[in-house]
Amino acid sequence: MKSQLLSLAIWVPILGALPVFWLGSERRTLVRWLSLAVAIAGFVVTIPLYTGFDTGTAGMQFVEQAPWITRFNVQYLLGVDGISMPFILLNSLITVLVVLAGWEVIEDKQAQYMGAFLVMSGLMNGIFCALDGVLFYVFFEASLIPMYIIIGAWGGPNRVYAAIKFFLYTLLGSLLMLVALIWLFLESGGSFNILDWHHLRIGIAPQILIFIAFLVSFAVKVPMWPVHTWLPDAHVEAPTGGSVVLAAIALKLGAYGFVRFSLPIVPDASHHLAPLMIALSLIAVIYIGFVALVQTDMKKLIAYSSISHMGFVTLGFFIFNQIGVEGALVQMISHGFVSAAMFLCVGVMYDRMHSRMIADYGGVVNTMPKFAALFVFFAMANSGLPATSGFVGEFMVILGAIKFNFWVGFAAATTLILGAAYTLWMVKRVVFGEVANDHVAKLKDIGGREFLVLGLLAACVLAMGIYPFPFTEVMHASVDNLLKHVAVSKL
Amino acid sequence: MLNNFVMPDLYPAAPEIFLLLMSFLVLFVDLVFGATHRWIAAMLTVITLLGCAALTLVTSDGQTTLTFSNMFVDDLLSDFLKLMSYLAVIMMLVYSRQYLSDRGLDRGEFYVLVLYATLGMMVMISAASLLTMYLGLELMSLSLYGLVAIDRESRRATEAAMKYFVLGALASGLLLYGMSMIYGATGSLEIGGVAQALYQGHSEKPVLIFGLVFLVAGIAFKLGLVPFHMWIPDVYHGAPTAVTMFIGSAPKLAAFAMALRLLVYGLFGLAMDWQKMLLIMAVLSIGLGNLAAIAQTNIKRMLAYSAISHMGYMVLGLMAGVIGGQIDPFTAVNAYSSALYYTVAYVLMSLGAFGMVLLLSRAGYEAENLEDFKGLNQRSPWFAAMMLIIMFSMAGIPFFIGFFAKFAVLLAAIKAGYTTVAVIAVMFSLIGAFYYLRVVKLMYFDAPVDSAPIAAGLDLRVMLSLNGLAIAAFGLFPDAVMLVCTTTLMRSL
Repeated sequence: MKSQLLSLAIWVPILGALPVFWLGSERRTLVRWLSLAVAIAGFVVTIPLYTGFDTGTAGMQFVEQAPWITRFNVQYLLGVDGISMPFILLNSLITVLVVLAGWEVIEDKQAQYMGAFLVMSGLMNGIFCALDGVLFYVFFEASLIPMYIIIGAWGGPNRVYAAIKFFLYTLLGSLLMLVALIWLFLESGGSFNILDWHHLRIGIAPQILIFIAFLVSFAVKVPMWPVHTWLPDAHVEAPTGGSVVLAAIALKLGAYGFVRFSLPIVPDASHHLAPLMIALSLIAVIYIGFVALVQTDMKKLIAYSSISHMGFVTLGFFIFNQIGVEGALVQMISHGFVSAAMFLCVGVMYDRMHSRMIADYGGVVNTMPKFAALFVFFAMANSGLPATSGFVGEFMVILGAIKFNFWVGFAAATTLILGAAYTLWMVKRVVFGEVANDHVAKLKDIGGREFLVLGLLAACVLAMGIYPFPFTEVMHASVDNLLKHVAVSKL
Repeated sequence: MLNNFVMPDLYPAAPEIFLLLMSFLVLFVDLVFGATHRWIAAMLTVITLLGCAALTLVTSDGQTTLTFSNMFVDDLLSDFLKLMSYLAVIMMLVYSRQYLSDRGLDRGEFYVLVLYATLGMMVMISAASLLTMYLGLELMSLSLYGLVAIDRESRRATEAAMKYFVLGALASGLLLYGMSMIYGATGSLEIGGVAQALYQGHSEKPVLIFGLVFLVAGIAFKLGLVPFHMWIPDVYHGAPTAVTMFIGSAPKLAAFAMALRLLVYGLFGLAMDWQKMLLIMAVLSIGLGNLAAIAQTNIKRMLAYSAISHMGYMVLGLMAGVIGGQIDPFTAVNAYSSALYYTVAYVLMSLGAFGMVLLLSRAGYEAENLEDFKGLNQRSPWFAAMMLIIMFSMAGIPFFIGFFAKFAVLLAAIKAGYTTVAVIAVMFSLIGAFYYLRVVKLMYFDAPVDSAPIAAGLDLRVMLSLNGLAIAAFGLFPDAVMLVCTTTLMRSL
């Protein structure tokens, strides 16, 4: 079947951003509506990816292939499987929400703000559907540019430091990956096709080196302990939209990289180094959970909570069983919804109070009842309450981990306590209790636009928590196939 | 003796001859109209270069033709490099028109010196003998020394010209000494003859290596590789920006041609020896260039150190042609064409970067400090975007041409087994990314200090926009230029 859907998913937002840039910041109303139209168009073109998806096969679907750089046999090769397809939808949906969230609060250079998000949305879609190593790398790195500008131009007081730190940290990882990609190209006799690399036989020493190169790249992006320090800085300084995209999508790129590259290309090294990966993941889950507990800044707290949740994802991948990997993928999508919602909630409060400090709040429920209801709901999802999406992923990963080793599962399960502790304690201090001060007393409840954004996310979280089958169904065949690849030694 | 004189075939050298004749015309026209109509000389210079381009295209038959008793060669490589040089010089002239006239530097001498420097480059590009190479190099260098000092009022420019001259003369001396050694060992001044002698293996190795060291030093000086880079920051900084732009663009193509003609065409038999020398210089250049650039507050100096590191990357391609003493034509073409591609990409980016400096300068004001870029996004979003493209391209971030240039040379280096070197090189480009990012930061995150409207004329604006868009377009579709580079080398080696 010849299909241009993936190209559309990439290029509709990017090309749509050009007129947005061109309009400039004077015509604000036009800029907003045009951005929204582009974002919605970008989401609409991805819907057929889900409806037309064949759940019976692990092969790549909606494949597009064209020569790009003939000299190095680089191809414009796109395709999705059950692992990558959900992220394209998630990304395109989040972009719509981000445009809505920036509707009024961004006053300075709004056209560039909206345009940057649209460009980034297209580039991220490119990362998820690229099946050529160079194409993947190109999207992977190009997506740093808009994020750098977003953090640096619209961020908080320490934005320049955060933006440069974000860029250099991520670049550090990806440059090593570039060397690994070139090495694989030469080793495979001149192919950059990722699927070809899945069948490449590689000795154990190079496998470990490649694994480490990928690890540095993806671990920074996930981020895993101990290379996570850029994330709290970036999150705190970024504007709300930036935090949302970072948490919901950008972090998933690292985890996705493990599934697409590390596990199938160097399975022996993956098995070899799995204890290390499990240890790092557990440190992220437990230690970062404790770190989150002591935060006084809401955004920082959610940032640390993201790291902790992403620890679950990497844990799920490296225990190598079906339920663990599927749980990790579900967790990725769920975290995409929940963390986006949490950051949007903080954004809602920040827009009114210009403070992210927990101490400045108290008794918000009295003045903003509608908002408080949603915020508490998302907090519950963040701590993994059953019937929300947060529960499904964590539960599956814990099950998988116990299958793998009881104590690993036990350690992972502490997150249910820790996550609940830091999230609910924050909610208690912010939402409940007496009205803390005059500023809180003057707060206005959320309007229709904010309610729409948060309500939509709440619906997704609830739907996924109650009936996760449509999500797991699309992944099933692909995860099966992935595990088969991982199980076979390539020595 | 006179009876033996055979009239050489002038046809392959038609562009050079045309340029020489036209330079006389420019001199003459300047004498007559120079006081009143300065634009005539500029116009004639551009016409001359366009004429050269037409002649180069007409005389190009894809064959390798030797003339002037095998001292001059016309092949696809020379045609391609010459066309690129004309393009770079024309772009430089368009960029700098207003800058020069604002400062009263648009005298006839400027255009004549530019033409002679171009002629020198053309001779270097087409050199088939050590002597021709030296002749072209001197013609180019002497014209450039004059150009650097063209602003007589400027103390800094005079000092830069002096430094350039003294160090350049030293480098020429080294090169000439190396050539004499090579001649002594092989008995031939022709580059083909040298290669032949090496192939037969009768030459004395110690003398050859001795000569080779001096030759490589001379080449490294022209490319600006560490430890022969000292002149670059001072000359880039001191020269008028238009001249800096000139030095930073077309001469790199000529220097690349010199390296290729002498080392690959001539001393290919010693490849394992000079590859090691280039390796050390490449790593040092990438390291020092990127580290020192961080400390600069003057954008011309920053771009100077960036030029040093970029030439280091380019050399990564040059040193990857021969793997473990095994000569494989396919590998060699791949490696050298990656270096050629890098040079072409670099020239395009360098022109754009200095074009930005010219854009922000105006009469009586040199926008050469990094501070001048502050808040450019508020003054002109379009040109801020162009600078963003140029900076990210130089940093090697996709989708811009600079990334694919780095990609190609890294691939060549890793293929030649220099994986560690490649890792070192990418780590330094991480450091390099910092100072490019800083420029973007100044433009996008800071408030402007200079609120004067951008005074540049339409010609500069259009040229800069085309330049920036070309960097992006060749990044989105890198195939065409890469294939041209590969084909050129394949048919010329």
